[in-house]
Amino acid sequence: MSEMIVNQAIGEALAEEMRRDPTVVMFGEGVATKRKDLVAEFGSQRVRNTPMAEGIIAGTAAGAAATGLRPIVDLLFAPFLCLAMDEIINSAGKLRYISGGQFSFPLVAIAMTGGGWTVGAQHNHNNEAWFVHSPGLKVVMPSNAADFKGLLKSAIRDDNPVIFFIDMPLMYQAGQVPAGEHIVPLGKAATLREGKDVTIISYAKVVHTCMQAANTLAQIGVSAEVIDLRSLKPLDEKALIDSARKTGRVLIVHEASRMCGVGAEVAAIVAEQAFEALKAPVLRLTGPDAPAPSSYVLEQAFMPQPDGVVAAVKKLMG
Amino acid sequence: MDEIKTDASPKAMLECMMLIRAFEENNKALNAAGNFPGTCTCIGQEASAVGVVRALVKNDLILTNHRSAGHLIARGADPRRILAEIMGRSTGYCKGKSGTLHVSAKELGVILTSTIVGGELSLATGVALSQSVLKRQGIVACFFGDGAACEGIFHESLNLAAMWNLPILYVCENNQWQAYVRRDETMLTDHISKRASAYGIEGITVDGNDVEAVWAAARDASAKIRNTKKPILLETYTYRLSGHFEPDDMGYVDPEELAEWKSKDPISRLKAKMLESKALTSNDAAQMEQRVQRAISDAVSFAKASPFPEPSELTTDVYA
Repeated sequence: MSEMIVNQAIGEALAEEMRRDPTVVMFGEGVATKRKDLVAEFGSQRVRNTPMAEGIIAGTAAGAAATGLRPIVDLLFAPFLCLAMDEIINSAGKLRYISGGQFSFPLVAIAMTGGGWTVGAQHNHNNEAWFVHSPGLKVVMPSNAADFKGLLKSAIRDDNPVIFFIDMPLMYQAGQVPAGEHIVPLGKAATLREGKDVTIISYAKVVHTCMQAANTLAQIGVSAEVIDLRSLKPLDEKALIDSARKTGRVLIVHEASRMCGVGAEVAAIVAEQAFEALKAPVLRLTGPDAPAPSSYVLEQAFMPQPDGVVAAVKKLMG
Repeated sequence: MDEIKTDASPKAMLECMMLIRAFEENNKALNAAGNFPGTCTCIGQEASAVGVVRALVKNDLILTNHRSAGHLIARGADPRRILAEIMGRSTGYCKGKSGTLHVSAKELGVILTSTIVGGELSLATGVALSQSVLKRQGIVACFFGDGAACEGIFHESLNLAAMWNLPILYVCENNQWQAYVRRDETMLTDHISKRASAYGIEGITVDGNDVEAVWAAARDASAKIRNTKKPILLETYTYRLSGHFEPDDMGYVDPEELAEWKSKDPISRLKAKMLESKALTSNDAAQMEQRVQRAISDAVSFAKASPFPEPSELTTDVYA
């Protein structure tokens, strides 16, 4: 166990997996420039810079994945995924099915998103639900350094395309990371705090907002359980349902906009499978239906804040 | 298990083109009779498919597109299983999950077809990267049309392949039509191959209705690619003699232009040449025709007798 920032945890996962499996390769805009240690250890065949061309980066990953490599591609910022949608959705996501199972697509596409760097709407767009809604893909969005390492290792080993979102401000956040073989399975949520009055479900950076709120709530006698989804697809339905049945009150918090977001699915699952246990309607606290702003003040207003989480829980408590 | 075919003798290539034509004409007839899916045929483009595919070797890989029957049959695919796939039967190459538009046959090295125009261009670089990093011998032949050459991914693919020395034979089947739009409504120049020089690679145009010329050009280009690992853009200049997607009455096609291209039909052209040079007797030709018709009627019987997939197949093969 040692303390490191998320970016280092990612680097550790990449290096360990490339060492373990010679078919793991990585490419993207600036990958070889930024990860010189990987180039030094694994060579320029396996770690490559690419032209600024997201479509061909993702398509190359899909083609390589189907024919024996396990590519990891860095597509930089989540809005840039728009330029790689055909390759991710129509090729990587569908060609296994279309081909009757002849091919598999073990690839990881990394993209950053989330408010905090005031980069505005064309570099920050929490579009993770688009990929959750598309068949054949898996989607993860970790919240802490240890999970970044463990989930990235699982994503690289998975035989399916995994979209790996990095909430931008987490990049330089430090945390304790287990050395060596630390694996976090895809599809397994983490209960970060046990509670009995209310369940707060979240993922990525906003998990920390929810933890802060839970501390405040404890001071006023409300015991909040905080669940970090970690994987958005597959979704750990059992963890959600069990917790909803235990507390009877559910708040979902994410930065992505509300309509058809991950929170909508979580709310529906809870309503379908734990309705009899609910003491109050399921609530969502989300970003607005607006492009992500760049002004610091507006960006902070866009993102769920601890006060807002506390207020929403108070509403749930009646 | 099907066998990959590499016989490039004029007789073998003639019979293969005849089989492709008969297969596609049969699809049109089945479609016209009803209760059969629409298809994108490659009628008129058989020489491009057969000439290139028969210039490849067994460990080469092929990426095709929505007009795939020619590439598949030339490589040795069983018309029975292609037809079964088109008809959504579980005996098809993709267990009936592809249908007509994106048939792939991994065992033959015909992989990762995409019906998104240009999709195959985006995948070819990855396949070639695997060949390169894993030090495999085969090259990658990627078939696309003049329509795909209008997609942005054409540029991205050729540029990356050139930069990374990826062993790709890009085959642009310039058939003068992009769905229902004439090619000359979409670009000012006639030839896609000219664009190769912008990427620092070689571009070649060949008469796409002359199977021997196509074969020779593809053989030379693939030999160069094996040697240099650099991609080459080969344009087969041809014509789509049938509609975009059956049924299609082609009312939008100038009859004079169509007649002119029909006079350059790749099959009758080779047959006439071989008959004249006595490389082929009329008896040979008649026997070929008989074999082809038998293969088609076998395919129809096989496909019609094949079961549909079980409903439980609906959600299998989504994830590995």
